[in-house]
Amino acid sequence: MGQIVPHATLPAQAPTGALAAAGDAHQVLTFTLGGELFAIGILNVKEIIEYGQVTEIPMMPGFIRGVINLRGAVVPVIDLSARFGGAQSTVGKRTCIVIVEAPTGEDGLRHDIGVVVDAVSEVLDIPAGDVEPPPAFGARLRTDFIAGMGRVAGRFVIILDAAKVLSVDELALLSSLDGAPAQASHATHDA
Amino acid sequence: MDELLAVFAQEAREQVAAMEAGLLQLEDNPADHDLINGIFRAAHTVKGGAGTVECTFIVDFTHAVEGVLSRMRDSEIQANGDLVALLLACSDHMASLIGVLEAGQEAPPDDLALEGRDLKHRLETDWLGATAGHPAEKIDPVHASGGGPVAGSDCWHISLRFGQNVLKSGMDPLNFLRYLATLGSIDSLETLSDAMPPAAEMDPENCYLGFEIRFRSGAGKAEIEQVFDFVRDECELRILPPNSRVNDYIELIAALPEDPLRLGEILVRIGALTQAELDEGLTLQAAPADTEAAPAHLPLGEILVEQKLVQPEVVEAAAAKQKQVADKKAAEARLIRIQADKLDRLIDLVGELVIAGSAVNLLASKAGLSDLGEATEVVSRLVENIRDQALALRMVQIGETFGRFQRVVRDVSRELGKDIELVIQGGETELDKSVVEKIGDPLMHLVRNAMDHGVESAEARLAAGKSARGRLLLNAFHDSGSIVIEVADDGGGLNRERILKKAQEKGLVPPGQTLTDNEINHLIFEPGFSTADQVSNLSGRGVGMDVVKRNITALRGRVDIESEPGLGTRFAIRLPLTLAIIDGFLVGAGRAAYVVPLDAVVECLELQIDSDARNVINLRGEVLPFIRLRDLFGIEGPRPVRENVVVVKIAGQKAGLVVDQLLGEFQTVIKPLGALFRNLRGIGGSTILGSGEVALILDVQALVQIASRTEEQRRPAPARPDALPALAASPASH
Repeated sequence: MGQIVPHATLPAQAPTGALAAAGDAHQVLTFTLGGELFAIGILNVKEIIEYGQVTEIPMMPGFIRGVINLRGAVVPVIDLSARFGGAQSTVGKRTCIVIVEAPTGEDGLRHDIGVVVDAVSEVLDIPAGDVEPPPAFGARLRTDFIAGMGRVAGRFVIILDAAKVLSVDELALLSSLDGAPAQASHATHDA
Repeated sequence: MDELLAVFAQEAREQVAAMEAGLLQLEDNPADHDLINGIFRAAHTVKGGAGTVECTFIVDFTHAVEGVLSRMRDSEIQANGDLVALLLACSDHMASLIGVLEAGQEAPPDDLALEGRDLKHRLETDWLGATAGHPAEKIDPVHASGGGPVAGSDCWHISLRFGQNVLKSGMDPLNFLRYLATLGSIDSLETLSDAMPPAAEMDPENCYLGFEIRFRSGAGKAEIEQVFDFVRDECELRILPPNSRVNDYIELIAALPEDPLRLGEILVRIGALTQAELDEGLTLQAAPADTEAAPAHLPLGEILVEQKLVQPEVVEAAAAKQKQVADKKAAEARLIRIQADKLDRLIDLVGELVIAGSAVNLLASKAGLSDLGEATEVVSRLVENIRDQALALRMVQIGETFGRFQRVVRDVSRELGKDIELVIQGGETELDKSVVEKIGDPLMHLVRNAMDHGVESAEARLAAGKSARGRLLLNAFHDSGSIVIEVADDGGGLNRERILKKAQEKGLVPPGQTLTDNEINHLIFEPGFSTADQVSNLSGRGVGMDVVKRNITALRGRVDIESEPGLGTRFAIRLPLTLAIIDGFLVGAGRAAYVVPLDAVVECLELQIDSDARNVINLRGEVLPFIRLRDLFGIEGPRPVRENVVVVKIAGQKAGLVVDQLLGEFQTVIKPLGALFRNLRGIGGSTILGSGEVALILDVQALVQIASRTEEQRRPAPARPDALPALAASPASH
């Protein structure tokens, strides 16, 4: 899980010092989604594959794109854009699936989850001093999804908290509700 | 827990299970020596293993059990119901102790320790204490065969000469003596250092010591010998039972390497013999050898034979032990223990191989090279063989699961005060390990239920002209790709009148509706249904039978009931052989492919309807409701000109699935969809097609339920409770 999870457990209003004290640099994978730059701790990432052959699962909300065959294992694919309350991302030439080791669910097992992103950028070292805690509001994203805001070349990169964004328990719960209302309630929560 | 402990725990559990099985058989054949030997060996193995992993609480307890078993083996005590019950309780306790060890605890918790002390106390006072009280009984055969004066000593005499290499092999003679002291008390002990060479020749790493020991104990000879098991090859051990003849001592003196006179003195000194006895004995020995006593100068071997004559069971034990070692070696050579997940990984890989193979086939047929096509055909046939073999590795016999019920039937029948015999057939029938693990609970419910409600009391049975002893049958056999497990009793059968009445009272069946016998039988699987007027400890709470049915359905199986009034009831559970593979029928809707379990498919036909207003078709005069997958799954795009209907039948109910294309039969490895989709209904799992794409397996029953629920909700009128249609549908369907 790397350095991100401990931060996730911090309350949103934690003072700046708490993050800085967490120590070493964050090594993250950055990617774009709807024109915005996001990052995820590199330790969560298992591999990156080209987008293709996603089998849709009927009767599931929009943020679940479907499943893929990853060398014999059936792996679910999440649409992050829809998960954040937006529209499903459109598949382009550079669309990728990032295979992420998701946090432990109720069953105590680790699961791989694929995440659809518009394009993968690079692996960055963000020094701990350059990571700010998530803003209380204004990021147009649930604050508990954000592990921190990394300063990279004068811009802020949202470092995602994989444990929250890809919580198997929450995803399963949401998908058991009717797809559309679930997302609507999300959107309101974001605002 | 370290590996050694894990291995011990597993083996010990197997041994305890073997012990329990043996004890149950012993109840019917109390004099069967092979059984007693088997039980003894099992207990002994547990004790030995526990010693190796230094688990003293298991050693202590098992030691007492072993003591009693040893006496049974020596025919000193007879097995009877009480003893077997006590030993069964002991084997349960041993299993609990193993659990304690597995949990990594240092000592058993208080309640368990108390139980252990209680059991041990009962063993010792009721069954072991007898030894100390009547030692004469034990050596009766000696008097019968021997004659001659008896030395006035009621102690064992042990002559022990350690071999020179004992210390080098890492064993400390002192430890053996300490362990010996745990079996009884050492009255006196004389150390012999006669073998010690002059200091210049002495090797400090060699052991030159011998001991003469007077040992007071209730333990048997075999037990005392076991103390020295580890040095058996490297020491000379002679054991004389209490009250042995003087001649035996004389023989002993003659057989030992030391000077007879000196030995005689030692024996007198430690109190094994009196001076008078010794003198008399030596005189006898010197006299011409026409007495019954053995001549003084017999070779060691013959004296040992003499000894064996004294304690024939020791020979037996040794022979049994050798045989056991040989058996175990042979069994180990045939069996390999492997981790289940390694096997699963292998099966996964083979599954991928099948998929990759079919991709190659596809390419080969596209390329149009006939040689290549033939070669790939051969390869794919081999791959399929490999897959079948890999799956066969997961198969286990159901006999072990059945065997566990011996104990259940015994205990429950006692509890109920009924005499019920369990008959097991088809124990060698094989099925997937994962199925075996999951079938235990439903079987347990059925067995308990059959004993409680099925089999009548002895009086009722006699009145009905049946034998007083009830009979419960567990049977398993293969039948066209599935396994059938039967639980049958010869009791009174289901009382259909009462079941129907109860069902009407509970509102499960609307009054006035007529049901077939079979439909009434299946009412007992309804949630909350119980006809037992008396709620007993075992069943009758109305939870259970519905759980049984649910568990079995979850295994893609079904239960059938046959019941004849007065003759008995038979539950037949039909299960797929494996959960890993499904025979499917591949259909297409939109761009995706779906798998319908083949056992649900009745027939396929082209969809011909007049209007879109109703989702029903006329199937040879029968009204068949259908579900259009495109509608249910919200698949976009225009419908094809020709649609097809797959007629499925689930739990007696027929329905149609309207799909775009029929793609044919398909045997496939099931891949679970994972935790993320645990709330998804209507999809039972997934599988990977030859193209590498994932296809979803439809859960037909759930689809039908979803469809009927959606229609209920569409009605403008106030919706009826959801549960009703499902409830009404399933009992009526059988």
